[in-house]
Amino acid sequence: MNEIIDKLTTYLQFDFVRYALIVGVLVALCSSLLGVTLVLKRFSFIGDGLSHVAFGAMAIAAVLRLTNDMPLVLILTTLCAILLLRKGQNAKIKGDAAIAMISVGALAVGYLLMNIFSKSSNVSGDVCTTLFGSMSILTLTKSEVWLSIVLSAAVLIVFILFYNKIFSVTFDENFSTATGMKTGLYNLLIAVVIAVIIVLAMNLVGSLLISALVVFPALSAMRVFRSFRSVTICSAVFSVTCAFLGILIAIVAGTPVGSTIVATDIVGFGSFTLIGFVTKGKRV
Amino acid sequence: MALLTCRDLSLGYDGHVVVGGLNFEVNAGDYLCVVGENGSGKSTLMKTLLGLLSPLSGEILTGDGLKRNEIGYLPQQTEVQKDFPASVWEIVLSGCGNRMGLRPFYGKDEKKRALENAERMGITPYLKRCYRELSGGQQQRVLLARALCATTKMLLLDEPVAGLDPVVTAEMYDLIEELNKKDGITVMMISHDISAAVRYADHILHVADHVFFGTTDEYLGNDISSGFLKKGGDEQ
Ligand SMILES: Nc1ncnc2c1ncn2[C@@H]1O[C@H](COP(=O)(O)OP(=O)(O)O)[C@@H](O)[C@H]1O
Ligand SMILES: [Mg+2]
Repeated sequence: MNEIIDKLTTYLQFDFVRYALIVGVLVALCSSLLGVTLVLKRFSFIGDGLSHVAFGAMAIAAVLRLTNDMPLVLILTTLCAILLLRKGQNAKIKGDAAIAMISVGALAVGYLLMNIFSKSSNVSGDVCTTLFGSMSILTLTKSEVWLSIVLSAAVLIVFILFYNKIFSVTFDENFSTATGMKTGLYNLLIAVVIAVIIVLAMNLVGSLLISALVVFPALSAMRVFRSFRSVTICSAVFSVTCAFLGILIAIVAGTPVGSTIVATDIVGFGSFTLIGFVTKGKRV
Repeated sequence: MALLTCRDLSLGYDGHVVVGGLNFEVNAGDYLCVVGENGSGKSTLMKTLLGLLSPLSGEILTGDGLKRNEIGYLPQQTEVQKDFPASVWEIVLSGCGNRMGLRPFYGKDEKKRALENAERMGITPYLKRCYRELSGGQQQRVLLARALCATTKMLLLDEPVAGLDPVVTAEMYDLIEELNKKDGITVMMISHDISAAVRYADHILHVADHVFFGTTDEYLGNDISSGFLKKGGDEQ
């Protein structure tokens, strides 16, 4: 035990470890906030779909040899998010199918582009890194850390300011529209925020594992808590705790950061399911 | 001027007409029941009146100082709501959303209003409870309290008693009648239960190939009602 603590204190003196913890915790916090909304709007997989879009966008950025791929990835992902969330009465293709289409399409095209145009000798290594997250969380520069902090702060502020509207739109979109709320606008806002979160989270867990960050905290919290506010707060705490522990474990044990965080989330989900089972019927 | 007037309204989806030739008006204090077979377009009418769908042709006019966003709405329940983690209080309060504009947080006024309507519906004992763990009748009261937060003038109710047992159904009808008679709220209600419709409502709109609109007495003396009444309207 002492050995582990020693190891941790040594590691924590390095800037890159601190950066990773800061960014990891922020990303986990942001991605958990909209989890409830996405799960309940039957959009659990939108995170997944969008992250594949982000993967495709990264491939395009690589082909164009952009040094900073963030803006392009952010714009393309946002556009797709808007497209997917704009579920009108007259949508010809249903939500699930649309997400599947866009996500698989982007994945295939992205991989194709990377293969055709890449100068790198290790294409499959690059692809694997983009899909499952890399140690890149451990190689963050100061400016990347600041960008993450700014984006997370923006997401957090938007979420708090629009908390009540997000509740109304998620709980009953028709009622909100009928009583004059601009639900279209709020759906758009939700879409943009999701896109920002996805792009933020790409670095941490890679594109295949993002939906885990969105879904696990919300589902876990819903096992135990019964009001929107308590579920939201619990998801945030849950997600931050798991990300923090996951990163520490990954550093000490030398495991991949992304999958370690998700594994921690799974353990957390298991415990919450158990707690929910035990306390069932006793709560008020 | 009537609260709500519909002229030559025809409704449907994607240009495909579900019902046409709707002409009726709702005056302040009326209790209008909308009846008709399943799939005849009753819910579609209500969604159009609420601005969720646009009419294919014809016009909807509001008068008497009624604004389009001042109509309270009790929807047919959707699946999403059934497993939504929300407390009764959060849901009732969300009915005040239309008076918020861009303000982010509910103020004293909204909270007072929500509490008053919760008291009116007798749901104050479960304000902290989770919505999905309430009985069907309690859930409807919660949604009614939310609708009342959104309006003081007009309520549109889409099958408010569907799935409730007879005792709770009677309570619900009494509650709605009280809102109409005592508080003067105009009620427009979709119902499958034709016997309740003719008992409580003063006007009937029968949606079918031949649309009927008139007072309940006129409806009872009309051919169109007799066939429908005999079936008891109980074709859920
Ligand atoms: N979203 C929709 N898109 C296309 N057609 C619909 C939609 N919703 C309902 N319909 C059709 O419109 C007709 C009227 O439906 P509705 O208004 O729900 O009937 P009801 O009188 O039972 O409430 C039905 O034939 C139904 O199939
Ligand atoms: Mg209906």
